[in-house]
Amino acid sequence: MKSYSKSTPYLFIGPALILLALFSLFPILVALVISFTDIDLAGLADYSNISFIGIENYLNIFKDPIFLKSIGNTIFYVVFGVPLVIACSLGIALLINFGTARIFKAFRLVFYMPSITNVVAVAVVWTYLYNPQFGLFNYLLGLVGIPAIPWLQDPTIAKGSLIALAVWRAIGVNMIIFLAALQGIPKTYYEAAQLDGANNWKQLTKITIPLLRYAIFFVSITTMIGWIQFFEEPFVMTKGGPLDSTTSVALFIYRNGFQLSNFGYAAAGSFVLFIAIIIITMIQFRLQKKETDF
Amino acid sequence: MKTKVSDAKKAYRTQQWIAGIVLTLGGLLVAIPFIWMILSAFKPESEVLQLTPTLWPETFTTENFIYLFENMNFGVYLKNTIIVVLCSFVGLFFNAMAGYAFAKYKFKGRDKLFYLVLATMMIPGQVTMIPVYLILNQMGLTNTMAGVVLPGLVGAFSIFLFRQFMSTIPDELLEAARLDGASEFRVFMQLILPISKPIMAVQGILTFIAGWNSFLWPLIIANDESLYTLSVGLSLLKGQYGGNFALQMAGSTFMVVPIVIIFIIFQKHIIEGYTISGMK
Repeated sequence: MKSYSKSTPYLFIGPALILLALFSLFPILVALVISFTDIDLAGLADYSNISFIGIENYLNIFKDPIFLKSIGNTIFYVVFGVPLVIACSLGIALLINFGTARIFKAFRLVFYMPSITNVVAVAVVWTYLYNPQFGLFNYLLGLVGIPAIPWLQDPTIAKGSLIALAVWRAIGVNMIIFLAALQGIPKTYYEAAQLDGANNWKQLTKITIPLLRYAIFFVSITTMIGWIQFFEEPFVMTKGGPLDSTTSVALFIYRNGFQLSNFGYAAAGSFVLFIAIIIITMIQFRLQKKETDF
Repeated sequence: MKTKVSDAKKAYRTQQWIAGIVLTLGGLLVAIPFIWMILSAFKPESEVLQLTPTLWPETFTTENFIYLFENMNFGVYLKNTIIVVLCSFVGLFFNAMAGYAFAKYKFKGRDKLFYLVLATMMIPGQVTMIPVYLILNQMGLTNTMAGVVLPGLVGAFSIFLFRQFMSTIPDELLEAARLDGASEFRVFMQLILPISKPIMAVQGILTFIAGWNSFLWPLIIANDESLYTLSVGLSLLKGQYGGNFALQMAGSTFMVVPIVIIFIIFQKHIIEGYTISGMK
């Protein structure tokens, strides 16, 4: 039976689809077009000031030392951030799932908390904790006789400090995903393994981890995409410094687009980022497929 | 044999304790920034800058919070943030409508349009950021509340979740309502929305959190301080009062504590929401 008119479904999807088209799909096209132009503030005021310059932006951006540095930094974030996030959130999920007492449920709340809080507020708080003179971290280190660490002042340590903060924020959501996956594993598998005399470690490596493969895959893809777009923490805490050592590709794009108003140049940078994300995601899907062949 | 069983039980209990202790230590580490933030917010500036920090405020003061509202326009930022949150609920309604149509109507191009919606999830924010700014500039909406709110109004993931949930509602229910002569919109408002309460609760909370925390877009599009949201105001505070940590902690506390309270009240729904979305 069909009692509704043909236009009804379109009226329902209309508002959402128009907004998505206008602010998600159409912008891709615009980004591609302007990445081949030299549009800046003058071009924004008067379109006759814009000229088509072909792939010049793309050629220039790969000669830009700050862009190259930001790629290096972003790779650093991904290489250290992704495994840390997976290890911490999986470890905590396993411990919470292992616990039988009621109190273990409360831990879900505690570890989830950082991920719902405002990134600016959190960055402000951590800047204070990291303060070389008045910060809590150096004070605590001082109590056990360790000299003060320049958390945000040393180029390499600063990257690590930002990663620590971002991992702290990322644990919650991923832990919940792992917990949901863990609860989906049938108890009978473990009962059978225990009858065969398998110890905890064997059960973990032979049953739990293999059955969590899909969850691990999902978390690693979303985490990696998140780290490639790493932005707020360096933007609020270090402004990309010292010496551009914490500038990420996303921060580079923001700075060129909205602080220097080089819209075309920034759009070219954003397309490089987009293509990198697509390629990395495709590689991960390939690897995942190969693994399931066994 | 008996001793073996009791041995195993003992070992199991020890393991439980170890897990609990490890989690407590980890939880304490996770909670330290929050504890430190809230306690520092109530300290006077001089106490925060003491070289031997105090854990509990020696002199308890609320003057940091008063300063934020009297000298820093936090009242305006709060009003703007609430407007953003309220508008995002309009967006949530659009998402629910779209999710419903994708779940319960057959129409030409449905699957293709749905894939298109899903595809938008993969587009990184940095790519659309500049074009959306240019589009809004063309529409004369930069530096307006509409410009702050419009781009984030609808989201593919939310539409997807609504569709997943609403496709489980039996068709017979809709047929019955139609036979009673209800219009399509009325079916949606008076039948579908009440049934969808669980998913509405989850998405309502997530929408609230996202709206309350929105930072980058308001920062880009609003040049006028009268349009700043709380997080933009807070980042401004960090720039201007970089050395005044007590004031910064008060601002952060003001942003974080409401979310934490709302989260604690509704946490069951959020965590269950992940299980809903985890189902296929």
